[in-house]
Amino acid sequence: MSDIEKSYSPGLATDIEKPITNPGIEPHRIRMTDKSEKHARTAEKQIAVMFGVSVVGAIIAIWGFFAFPIVDGDLSATRNNSLWMGLGMALSMFGIGFGAVHWAKTLMPDNEVSEMRHQARSSDETRAQALEIVKLADGESGFSRRKLIRRSMYGALAFFPIPAIIIFGDLGPVVGDTLKHTMWKPGTRLTKDPTGIPIKASDVTIGSVFHVIPEGLSEMEEHKLEEKAKSAVLLVRVNPSDLNEDPAKADWSYQGIVAYSKICTHVGCPVALYEQHTHHLLCPCHQSTFDLANHCEVVFGPASRPLPQLPIAVDAEGYLIAQSDFLEPVGPSFWDIRK
Amino acid sequence: MRRRPWAAGLVVFLGLVLSGGGYAAATNVVQAETGSPAQVEEGRKLFLANCASCHGTNGEGAIGGPSLIGVGAASVDFQVGTGRMPGQGSGPQLRAKPVQFTQEQISAMAAYVASLAPGPAIPDEEYLRGDGDATHGGELFRINCAMCHNAVGAGGALTEGKFAPSLAGSTAKHTYEAMVTGPQNMPVFNDANLTPEDKKDIITYLKYIEDNDSVAGFELGSIGPVAEGLFTWIFGLGFIIAITVWLGAKSN
Repeated sequence: MSDIEKSYSPGLATDIEKPITNPGIEPHRIRMTDKSEKHARTAEKQIAVMFGVSVVGAIIAIWGFFAFPIVDGDLSATRNNSLWMGLGMALSMFGIGFGAVHWAKTLMPDNEVSEMRHQARSSDETRAQALEIVKLADGESGFSRRKLIRRSMYGALAFFPIPAIIIFGDLGPVVGDTLKHTMWKPGTRLTKDPTGIPIKASDVTIGSVFHVIPEGLSEMEEHKLEEKAKSAVLLVRVNPSDLNEDPAKADWSYQGIVAYSKICTHVGCPVALYEQHTHHLLCPCHQSTFDLANHCEVVFGPASRPLPQLPIAVDAEGYLIAQSDFLEPVGPSFWDIRK
Repeated sequence: MRRRPWAAGLVVFLGLVLSGGGYAAATNVVQAETGSPAQVEEGRKLFLANCASCHGTNGEGAIGGPSLIGVGAASVDFQVGTGRMPGQGSGPQLRAKPVQFTQEQISAMAAYVASLAPGPAIPDEEYLRGDGDATHGGELFRINCAMCHNAVGAGGALTEGKFAPSLAGSTAKHTYEAMVTGPQNMPVFNDANLTPEDKKDIITYLKYIEDNDSVAGFELGSIGPVAEGLFTWIFGLGFIIAITVWLGAKSN
């Protein structure tokens, strides 16, 4: 029985009885530079050339600095300055590096040598000495003896990190309901980005696109970008017969003029690639596509909500105004968006 | 000296003529300048021979071609002047191709189409010289144009095979006409949205970036991080791998 078992070869599996033997160091191979003095001299010259190239690189960098001085207001001067200094310094560093490596590989001895690791464990004598020191320190400081000090110190160490945790509570103001409101109010005029010039309904011809900000935003001094990031609107006029409006929102548009939030409901990029004939609005970041003629429904891409519509009307002077704020949060969805 | 009664009349008349004429000269509105009857007639013949099969014998539109009533001279000058018309093929959008008519013939067809109904006119030379405010033009370009045409006009993709073409090499006149007419899927930017001065500034910006080299070395087509990243991955990493192989190889 045991004879039959032994007749099986263990194959590639490790045989515990016969562990892998140390293969030892690879046999040393003689290099051409070891064999002939001629080759060694060639290598020597090559290394010298590489170091020489490094010197040339340094000189190019110095030349670039003086030949292309940085002039205030002239951007192309900066470009040439950076280009030649960068190329010169790269050449200089690579020259030294390649030279040093080539030197080591061709001319320095290449015999492989192995050195045994020393024991990681300290000697018994050293260990006993260390233990002595700890015991002595414990006795002298009274760490084990004076319980009051020891325990109060534990308490101090436990309380010390708490302020660092509390400080996280100060990371910016509480969001509150700022995500659910924008600058738009009943009667806010629609104005052109960036000038803030109000827009007349008659100016918006069929096929036109206006990039719109609320009146007053262009004059804001504080939080201008935060407000713009929420209230940016795209205003488009389409042929009213092409518009398939939700009957409940029929009075949100004005003679084919519709206003939609420009902030993508996926991750908040500005959606503004409008195609006049397909009425598609494309987001350049992840290709979410909204059908503007069909209440900005998502027709393609990762967005999951239609773009919110801004209800608009026309005031007595013919300017476009908002009927109210957006009736749902603009931009990316979040946890309690429907609350 | 006694004033003559007709002198007052003359002053009023001169005042009216000067202010009215000055106003007419100062406002570059969409009213087409109509060509001479001979030019319109020449244009009508060219239209009947080259355009009428799709756009109808009176430009009223037919199967395959929209109505040209009211599209204006600017639209014809752009579409035919960039070779997009007469249209060829039926892909997602018509592309620019070699122009098939002389400028004289294009102007004649433009005059004919403009005579059908008023529409955007061919822009005045004063807005095309590129001597406006490039900074303001750049700001307007980034707000109104860059999302499709790229921040430096290198062009970009739209949906289902359509694309916004690169603006490199576009003439100032065609750029202006494209803004005012909105060819194919491009929206219209009328004079109430971007005033002629604004359009002049945008043209100035485009001319500036075309005339000035990229500040930061090779722009790799200015098409953004994908091209730049690919370049770095292939050439940067390739260089590092080559050096690593060399470092590890034994010298012979």
